[in-house]
Amino acid sequence: MFTLILVQTLVNGRVYDLQAAGLSLVFGVGRIVNLAHTAFFVLAGYAMWSFTRALGWGAIPSIAVTVVLISLAGVFAYRFLIDRVRQHAQAVLLITVALAMAIQEILLATFGEYYRTSERLIGGQTVILGTTVSNEYLLVIGVVAAVIIMLWLLLGRTKLGTAIRATADDAEIASTMGISVPRTLMVTMGIATGLAALAACLVGSLWITYPMAWMEPLTTVLTIVVLGGLGSIKGSVIGAYMIALAELLAIQFMPSGPFLAKPFMLLVLVIVLVVRPGGLFGIILEEERL
Amino acid sequence: MLKRLIGNFRWGVLPVPGRLIAVIFFVSLFVLPLISGSSSYTLFILAFANIYVIFAVSWDVLSGYTGQVNFGHALFFGVGGYGSALLYKYTGWQPAVTIPLGALIATGIGLITCLPALRLRGPYLSLLTMSFPLILVGVFMSFTRFAGGSYGIRELPPIADSRLAQYYVILIVMTVSVLIMWKLTDAGSRYIRTGLIFHAIREDEITARATGINTIRYKMLAFATGGFFGGIAGALFAHILTVASPPIFSLTMSFQVIIWTIFGGMVSIYGPVAGVYSLFLLMDFLRGIPVIAQHRFLVLSVLVIVMLLFMPEGVAVWIRNKIERECPRCKLTNVAWRKECRACGAHLH
Repeated sequence: MFTLILVQTLVNGRVYDLQAAGLSLVFGVGRIVNLAHTAFFVLAGYAMWSFTRALGWGAIPSIAVTVVLISLAGVFAYRFLIDRVRQHAQAVLLITVALAMAIQEILLATFGEYYRTSERLIGGQTVILGTTVSNEYLLVIGVVAAVIIMLWLLLGRTKLGTAIRATADDAEIASTMGISVPRTLMVTMGIATGLAALAACLVGSLWITYPMAWMEPLTTVLTIVVLGGLGSIKGSVIGAYMIALAELLAIQFMPSGPFLAKPFMLLVLVIVLVVRPGGLFGIILEEERL
Repeated sequence: MLKRLIGNFRWGVLPVPGRLIAVIFFVSLFVLPLISGSSSYTLFILAFANIYVIFAVSWDVLSGYTGQVNFGHALFFGVGGYGSALLYKYTGWQPAVTIPLGALIATGIGLITCLPALRLRGPYLSLLTMSFPLILVGVFMSFTRFAGGSYGIRELPPIADSRLAQYYVILIVMTVSVLIMWKLTDAGSRYIRTGLIFHAIREDEITARATGINTIRYKMLAFATGGFFGGIAGALFAHILTVASPPIFSLTMSFQVIIWTIFGGMVSIYGPVAGVYSLFLLMDFLRGIPVIAQHRFLVLSVLVIVMLLFMPEGVAVWIRNKIERECPRCKLTNVAWRKECRACGAHLH
């Protein structure tokens, strides 16, 4: 029981933190709250389903193609929609909601309302501390850990990462130093949607996908990002585990748990925000301070 | 009195196309059932549109004018609806009593939510407010006996016996609410400062505080206003549907109001009105067309995206900028095709 909760927390937390890291990155760099982020997650889920079930491809090529396609979709969405209205904060908000709705409706029209799961990535089970755990869970935990470390290295050690961090810190100064801010933003958006796509590929067989599946995780992911502090990858990783644990504990131990899981999770958010108005590790710029 | 009114109309409304359109719009809403004898379905849909107008304008006052962008405005809508419904369930009072009380409860909730919200701003505030309706809906869902669980509270009394009376009640409430909110946020008013202060808080809160404005008090006022009118809208909504159920707290509800308001144009009272009337009625119209009916949300989202690319400030604001022009010298609004200002004769270009 305890191990199962632990493993579930780790898996859910891992998936949440991949998505939250992307969302947080885009916000930190461009001050864009991308409400279509989880719609890309759903889109990737459907791409994965088509490749593994309908076309019968293997796991590795499907994942690779899905991640590349969804990253491109993110880049195009940024270049042709978000970038054009970036001066108007409320227009960005609305255009991302509209984009998410458009994706949902297109999926609904092409695939119908059925619940889908894609093919399993690997089979088999492992016994840990007397509890049987599916190998897929372990795969998710391992891959996401590797990806997060790679993301961290990318941000900290490469030239692109320096450009991203510089833009996040001060876009004007960064552009005087020869960094193309629109290009950096575009690349960041591609990385973020790519991370969401990877998350979708990994849980394609564990979670159910349906066209409306973006709204439910959207609140969760936004909660995590805000809890950890917008623009902080470390914050999103820690926030993801806190939220995943709160959710599972509520489902396990509270009466009428499934109804109260979300409220309980959001209550954690409210308490954190009351104590620390910038989230756990949030970056608050001087002009945004209250 | 009458002479002054006519004078106002002759010199204040007729030369300004925006105001003329607003007056014609409201007058036509009032006479519509009289002249055409509209079907009861049309009246029902228009009643809904009017409820959503109150809701959207109250969001605009809080989020547009004061800049406290609220992602969970459905909280006030839902609390108004549920408050009124619960009062009816446990006391048996009539809607005329329970609707204002429901709105007052929503005001109280607005004041409670603004306590944590006062410390936050920007996306943090938006996400915090988004969480409140979701928390409350979970509570209502789990206390099945108190609030009816996922079925909600059913068989509420309707607002009035006939569709026509119901339409007029809601229309009058809508007109009065919009007038009050318009006056409250009027930045050029000589009698009341709130409009100006709301603008100041949105533009730069620190400067507003430095000039001696108690921004906390005015933000609380904005939350209370948003809560009160959102609550009225929610209570009317529950009684017109005769049921208060959890979907009125949903994220869709919160996002809908944002879509309408931004589509019409934020920080303007006419924007949300135009947004609701164009989008809500368009969606209802599309529902009647066979093939498009299934894909009407796709049509809606594509329409919103295209609109934002070409007029990012909203449709109503875009149209107003096309047909009106402000005199550079005396700041009086003129028709765009005039060459000289109607009052001071300055060149408009």
